[in-house]
Amino acid sequence: MTSTLTRWRAPAGYALGALLLFAVAPALLSDFRLGQLARYLCFAIVAVGIALAWGRGGMLTLGQGLFFGLGGYAMAMHLKLTDAGAGQLPDFMLLYGDTSELPWWWEPFRSPAVALAAVLVLPMGLAALIGYAVFRRRVRGAYFAILSQALAAAFAILLVGQQATTGGTNGLTNFQGFFGFSLLDPVNRRTVYFLIAAVLLLLMIGVRQLFLSRYGELLVAVRDSEERVRFLGYDPALVKLVAYVLSAGTAGIAGALFVPAVGIISPALIGIVPSIQFVIGAAIGGRASVAGAVIGAVAVAWAQTTLSEEFPAAWTYFQAGLFIAVVAFLPGGLVSLRRLLARRGPRVAEVPA
Amino acid sequence: MTVYLSQSFTGISIGAVLLLIALGLSLTFGQMGVINMAHGEFIMAGAYTVYMLQGPISDAGVSLLLALPVAFLVAGAMGALLEWLLIRRLYARPLDTLLVTWGVSLMLQQLARDVFGAPNVHTSSPDWLSGRLTLIGGEDPLTLAYSRLFILGLAVAAVAALTLTLRRTPLGRRMRAVVQHRDLAEASGIATGRVDRLTFFLGSGLAGLAGVALTLVGPIGPTMGTNIIIDAFLVIVVGGIGRLRGAVVAAFALGVLQAVMEYSTTVSVARVTVLIAIVAFLQWRPQGIHTLRTRSLA
Repeated sequence: MTSTLTRWRAPAGYALGALLLFAVAPALLSDFRLGQLARYLCFAIVAVGIALAWGRGGMLTLGQGLFFGLGGYAMAMHLKLTDAGAGQLPDFMLLYGDTSELPWWWEPFRSPAVALAAVLVLPMGLAALIGYAVFRRRVRGAYFAILSQALAAAFAILLVGQQATTGGTNGLTNFQGFFGFSLLDPVNRRTVYFLIAAVLLLLMIGVRQLFLSRYGELLVAVRDSEERVRFLGYDPALVKLVAYVLSAGTAGIAGALFVPAVGIISPALIGIVPSIQFVIGAAIGGRASVAGAVIGAVAVAWAQTTLSEEFPAAWTYFQAGLFIAVVAFLPGGLVSLRRLLARRGPRVAEVPA
Repeated sequence: MTVYLSQSFTGISIGAVLLLIALGLSLTFGQMGVINMAHGEFIMAGAYTVYMLQGPISDAGVSLLLALPVAFLVAGAMGALLEWLLIRRLYARPLDTLLVTWGVSLMLQQLARDVFGAPNVHTSSPDWLSGRLTLIGGEDPLTLAYSRLFILGLAVAAVAALTLTLRRTPLGRRMRAVVQHRDLAEASGIATGRVDRLTFFLGSGLAGLAGVALTLVGPIGPTMGTNIIIDAFLVIVVGGIGRLRGAVVAAFALGVLQAVMEYSTTVSVARVTVLIAIVAFLQWRPQGIHTLRTRSLA
């Protein structure tokens, strides 16, 4: 009886999630609210990657904003170039005025295929480079966290400094079309929402399958006892690298989808603070569970928008307090409450010591 | 020629600021292994102490000098309180400490916003720090700002005081004993919990001193801590944990590198280059410049 229940619980959960995302939310929410939900779902996609890298892999990636930004800017550059038309410069470059021709590294993004590939290749490639360098030398724990945070900070600073070619603090905004569809048309904006919801569900299912695979077991083993895994003959650096690169890829996808959904990508969305915000959602919901991280990310983003509009100061105290309480006293996140209440031991160790 | 000299002095003064803000971390992160993200907000507390003292005490020089011990005590007390409330429960989970203290830093920033307002505030610096010392006169002069020299002096004094404390006092001996072997220290009758709190008090107090120094070179605001804390952590990562010497070398090396790169490129490119240099350096010495030799596998 219990085994049948356990076997069907996850698929039933996903079916319920799909029903909520594809039928209930579009039916109940106004276009404006649906647009906001699309934005939260982008954060949820990042959270899926964080559950993989941090929850299961033990790598606290405080710099997901870097990969989110790479994906976002790759998409935004393509959209800007398409809006401008063949041979023309994007509007902001004309505004800042000191560039007479397109910089060479903008040129490839004219092609939709290159831009779409870049959304994945840039974050994953960079993550592979950093990860290889860092994990091979066994830099880990807090060192890795600080390093990844510094990378996100440096990327944001770099973007701000190059205003003429990246839009600086303002970022890239005012997108008219998305692969031939006008973003001004509410129907197309709904379609973007459905696209984001579909990508989120697919990634959740994919990462969950990864957790259940032999690789998922190995990843948890590396998280809990890296030395023991090394002595068993595996290469922990490689195991961690795969998880880190995949999580960078999901963040890149999230960034790319964020651009048409919200209509802006700017350094303020990818620096230190937003990068930690990504982690907060996953931590509150449940870092080691895909569903927990996603629900946490959506809930925190939703609460932030709704509550911070009315009580900006109180919201900061509440969010910080909740975050402190959950991380300090409930490291498995809110999803682990259920298990605590049911007085059953956790099936997978939730958090490394 | 003087360009290089003045540029390297700029680097040294950047390094002195880095060293001051990283010195407290070399105790809390380097010695105890606690990643305290609220360290930047303790720096902020030190800076606001100067601002507060300038209200009743109009003489900028007196209030600055008086702020040094007061800021040390204020920030130190905040640190000890944080250690007692939260951190001591989390010694076994360093990454969670990082996140929890980040939550604390969010709260403290909001508190600063509520108390002092969101815009930056300014303090007046004393007359005797406003001039510049001329080393080489003439057409191509080399001058050093007194405020930078003051910070350099403060950093050197703080390093000296900390070294003496660690090497020569009973407290320092106990602190080193706890770092080297906690269980053995405890078995020898050292109250490790109290030593932890005192270490944290000292480290956070040093953050307060750094905050006082920062009022001389920049504005005071609720987010000032966030902007510098990463650099300070990078100093410790490069310097290697457990040794003061590493932090000193790393702070000045990063400062000079930053200044040289800023001179030849832009500020933003310089930051990225410094970061790439750090990642490359960690390839060569993953444990930092200096490190305690241990028999652990890491």
